[in-house]
Amino acid sequence: MSIFKFVLRRLAFGLGALIAISAAIFFVTQGLPADPAKTILGRDATPENLEALRAILGLDRPLLSQYFGWLTDVVRGDFGTSFTTQMSVSTYLGPRFGNSLFIMLIGTIVSIPISLLLGGYMALKRDSLFDSSSSFATLVFAALPEFVMGTGLIVIFATTVFQWFPAVVFLDEGAAPWSDPMGVVLPITTLVLGCIPYVSRTMRASMVEVLESDYIEMARLKGVSERNVLLRHAFPNALGPVFQVSALNIAYLVGGAVIVERLFNYPGVGSALTDAIRVRDLPVIQFLSLLIGSVYVLTNLIADVATVLVTPRLRTTLK
Amino acid sequence: MSTMAEEVSKKTNFLASAWKMHRAKIGFAITLVVVALALVGPFFAPFTATEFVDMPNTVEVPGTFFGTDFLGQDVWSRFLLGGRSILFLGAMSTIIGVLMGAMLGVVAAYVKGALNSFIMRTFDIVIAFPGILWALLLVSMLGSSSFLIILATVVSTVPRVGRIIYGAAVAVVERDFVSAATAIGESRLRIVFREILPNTTSTLLVETNLRFTYSIGGIASLAFLGFTSDPTGANWGTMVQENSSAIILQPWGVILPVIAIALLTIGTGLIGDAFSRVSAGIDRGRND
Repeated sequence: MSIFKFVLRRLAFGLGALIAISAAIFFVTQGLPADPAKTILGRDATPENLEALRAILGLDRPLLSQYFGWLTDVVRGDFGTSFTTQMSVSTYLGPRFGNSLFIMLIGTIVSIPISLLLGGYMALKRDSLFDSSSSFATLVFAALPEFVMGTGLIVIFATTVFQWFPAVVFLDEGAAPWSDPMGVVLPITTLVLGCIPYVSRTMRASMVEVLESDYIEMARLKGVSERNVLLRHAFPNALGPVFQVSALNIAYLVGGAVIVERLFNYPGVGSALTDAIRVRDLPVIQFLSLLIGSVYVLTNLIADVATVLVTPRLRTTLK
Repeated sequence: MSTMAEEVSKKTNFLASAWKMHRAKIGFAITLVVVALALVGPFFAPFTATEFVDMPNTVEVPGTFFGTDFLGQDVWSRFLLGGRSILFLGAMSTIIGVLMGAMLGVVAAYVKGALNSFIMRTFDIVIAFPGILWALLLVSMLGSSSFLIILATVVSTVPRVGRIIYGAAVAVVERDFVSAATAIGESRLRIVFREILPNTTSTLLVETNLRFTYSIGGIASLAFLGFTSDPTGANWGTMVQENSSAIILQPWGVILPVIAIALLTIGTGLIGDAFSRVSAGIDRGRND
């Protein structure tokens, strides 16, 4: 099978997954007994008012027709109007999307090279004190929930022990995240610490395997310099599995952002989601869930294709 | 068929080699301390969870160890009381999630065909969405009763366990003792539960441990976001959130629960790592 066909098949699965996810999201938010009209109007609403609002929101239609109506709107780029802010969902979330993208992007740019170097070096110094202590440290960080890690950072670097960084981010409406550079340090650090364990452990395992392989021994026997063995032969070949995990990590960042943004009061899509959930702002919840689902599906797709591209073995054995 | 004795000795070997590792002992000790604290602690709480003791957010309060929290309640008492529900919910959702995931995984490996694809594709789709979001969606729409928190956690546990156990079981299905069992006419149910499942025990142990670590983290995170079955009750996750705005005046209300959750997840994480090293043979020497 050609790589082209493989990509097509992966795309088809991704699309299928997205449709299934969208149906699940819609069913959970709109199909379950919780009545959004009651949430908006509160306890004292008269039955007539509730009825009228339900008609405006389209809640009186059968569920399936509501779902297809919503899906058609989404595909057209119309994400609805936020119940609470009365703004269109895209206007409300636009700047927040940029804010979240900023910390996730910096988080990725910082964590991936550190993880690759750390993991590669651990493999190189296998069974040394450096290897075992790093493995212990990554294990500890992998086990900690984000809010525990973030709160730990706040206690140590923002309040009780040192007061180097602010404990919460202060961003004015519409201000760029880099206008508070000190404020974003701790949120980004939390994300980075959450990512490093997985990527570096995968890199270590992959590198160990490569270093034990015949072609590395061959290269060494041929007298290739150790530097070239590592840079030209070992490192590139160890990257395959790392793509998978890095993609999972970008996806993890999206989930982790929900907690981290709430913890540091950072105005991104994650905190928008928890806010929307608190007041049952359905259009916002639905759009954000779908957005996060799409990011997951897309990063996994890219990772699968990238893995095949960097692993010659897989290119020829594609079934 | 593998004999019972063989299975038992394999299992004890597995635990014994895991126990040889330092990280297993350290992890076990840490976990034991936190679990004991969460279970026995409530009996030693000097105040109730909601009792007003003194001015809010004060560290120096006579008759208390760590002062008062944001509502003037005793920090130490709430700390002692706050671990039980997390531990209980974490254990319940791990047990249910691992059992269901293991069953579906083994069944998918054994039956093949349409049911297999259906189970595995459903897993793929559920995993294609962050666990914390499934949990948030469910709990926020239906309410945060204990049952729903467990259900929300199980939803993200089942497919992950299922995929791993499927991988382990597929290899077992091909082995001779399964065809032998089929040949002598054992029922399919018996084959799944007596022949295949017991041969995935080490993988199952690794998964159970890992899922327990993540369930605890997930449930504590939900509590941190304000979703608990008892909003006024003591809960380590909620304590962190409630007291974080006054962290400068009264750090203990945040520090104590954060340390407890950290130790619990690190402890179980260490045990899990020892298990997975034995199971995958990661710890083998350079030359064997």
